[in-house]
Amino acid sequence: MDENASARLTRRALTVAHRVGLFLAMLVICLPGIWIVLSSLRPTVEIMAKPPVWIPQELSLDAYVAMFSGIGKGGIPVLDYFRNSLIISVTSTVIAVAIGMAGGYAFARYRFRGKSGMFLGLMLTRTVPGIALSLPLFFLYVRLGIIDTHIGMILAYVALNVPFTIWLIDGFFRQVPKDLAEAAQIDGCTRWQAFWQVEFPLARPGIASAAIFAFLTCWNEFALASQLTRSVNSKTLPVGLLDYTAEFTIDWRGMCALAVVMIIPALTLTYIVQKHLVGGLTSGAVKG
Amino acid sequence: MKGFKPSAPFLLLLPAIIVLAAVVVLPLILSLYSSFTPFRLTRPETFFVFVGFRNYLSILSNADFWWAFGRTVLLLTIALNLEMLLGLGLAMLVEKATRGQRILRTLMMFPMMFSPILVGFQFKFMFNDNIGLVNNALQSLGLTQDAIPWLIEGRLAFIAISIAEIWSSTSIFAILILAGLLAMPKEPIEAARVDGCTPWQTFRYVTWPFVMPFAYIAMTIRSLDVARAYDIVKIMTDGGPAGRTELLWTLVGRTAYSDARMGMANAMAYFSILLSIAFTVYFYNKLAAARAQIGAEW
Repeated sequence: MDENASARLTRRALTVAHRVGLFLAMLVICLPGIWIVLSSLRPTVEIMAKPPVWIPQELSLDAYVAMFSGIGKGGIPVLDYFRNSLIISVTSTVIAVAIGMAGGYAFARYRFRGKSGMFLGLMLTRTVPGIALSLPLFFLYVRLGIIDTHIGMILAYVALNVPFTIWLIDGFFRQVPKDLAEAAQIDGCTRWQAFWQVEFPLARPGIASAAIFAFLTCWNEFALASQLTRSVNSKTLPVGLLDYTAEFTIDWRGMCALAVVMIIPALTLTYIVQKHLVGGLTSGAVKG
Repeated sequence: MKGFKPSAPFLLLLPAIIVLAAVVVLPLILSLYSSFTPFRLTRPETFFVFVGFRNYLSILSNADFWWAFGRTVLLLTIALNLEMLLGLGLAMLVEKATRGQRILRTLMMFPMMFSPILVGFQFKFMFNDNIGLVNNALQSLGLTQDAIPWLIEGRLAFIAISIAEIWSSTSIFAILILAGLLAMPKEPIEAARVDGCTPWQTFRYVTWPFVMPFAYIAMTIRSLDVARAYDIVKIMTDGGPAGRTELLWTLVGRTAYSDARMGMANAMAYFSILLSIAFTVYFYNKLAAARAQIGAEW
């Protein structure tokens, strides 16, 4: 009986430890986000209070109202930033995915010389740090007259995303059995038809997640955007966050509110793709 | 007109190659050239003065640069190792959970949605010595009376930045390692247990080799944009106090845009590009080796 009892006890202790560990880990992960949301709803006095006010006394949407109420009334041109972010992110995502589909298909379906080296080469273009790339791009864009324009940002973001969309889409096409397309071709499809009618529909969820991933990269990018945008013509939301900082002070409440506005689209999209995303990144891991 | 007929994969890859050549390779060539000139933004004519390796030589004898270089490597080493360990732990915790897998997985990806610049602001806010969550919590719990100058004292600032960096990137490791754990066949583990392996041995010799390629994928992905740390550092301390948290990337940014010394900054940028490439190639090779080890065809 002793042995049974002690075994049961150990087991229960392990379960409890596991639960506690899991809870603590999730707490650490979520706390900063929760804190941001909470701070955006509290009056500035309460955020700054010393000693700290732990239980929120009053919650209001003032920060959001102020943010959208325009320049001069404590607001920033957030709608312009939002529109810029949206136009730049969506356009560059569409282009990057189209290029990525072509490239990914080539890597997944053809054997050619220097394939591995080519793949690594494409990836290496992604390693160039944004800040290092921004110096020559800044110079080039000024010369070409596309500094502070949507076109310039879109071009930069397409290049930023292409290596990664190729990696992801390559993974998804590998998961589609080759035989299916071959069977379609035997039945009289051209390779082009076989691609659009057989392989593309099967890989579609994966391609959609590659698109969302690319979108999020553009949506969140800062190092390039902060140097290549100058005004409301093309400033994106991450750069707009800096509007809440002055020389020595930061409007924490307003910034938290803008952060929430930025994070909600990202949150929704990530939730949709989480399952597929991992599949695409890892499909090359165990089966070449 | 017959003769040259490009192959299909070449045609398919052509758009990618063109875009990357135009937006990445061409500017890099330009910046390589300008790293051999004393180019200043304020004096355009200096663009055509050729000074050979002078910029590189003056970098080599620049103590600030080497401190930033060392600090960058240190930060990456600490951050990547801890992210790997924590990610592994987190993945195993989630994998063991019997209920609520889906919601746990979503929560786990939470930090991935945060723009690095947002992570910077968020942790700057939390580590604020006066009103930050961290100090408030420590004081309310009675652990300390003083306001700990998290972002003002050099060493503490480095720790704060590492924490922010680790918070934001651990989930990439966790989610990919979890994918590995879930994809793993169960028979080898059972066989190991029947053969009398301890849990540690099972983990070390059965689970770990299988999960390793996934960990290296995470490493490769991370090393593709290690420079994300630029955003975080830029916001949290901007290299301060007095350059104590200056990383390679913030130093490049400062030299280029505040001092307007483009030529010098481009020379520095080349060091940081080489560093990133070294990390990526290293992990990419490790990935290939780990794949070979578990008998996958390449």
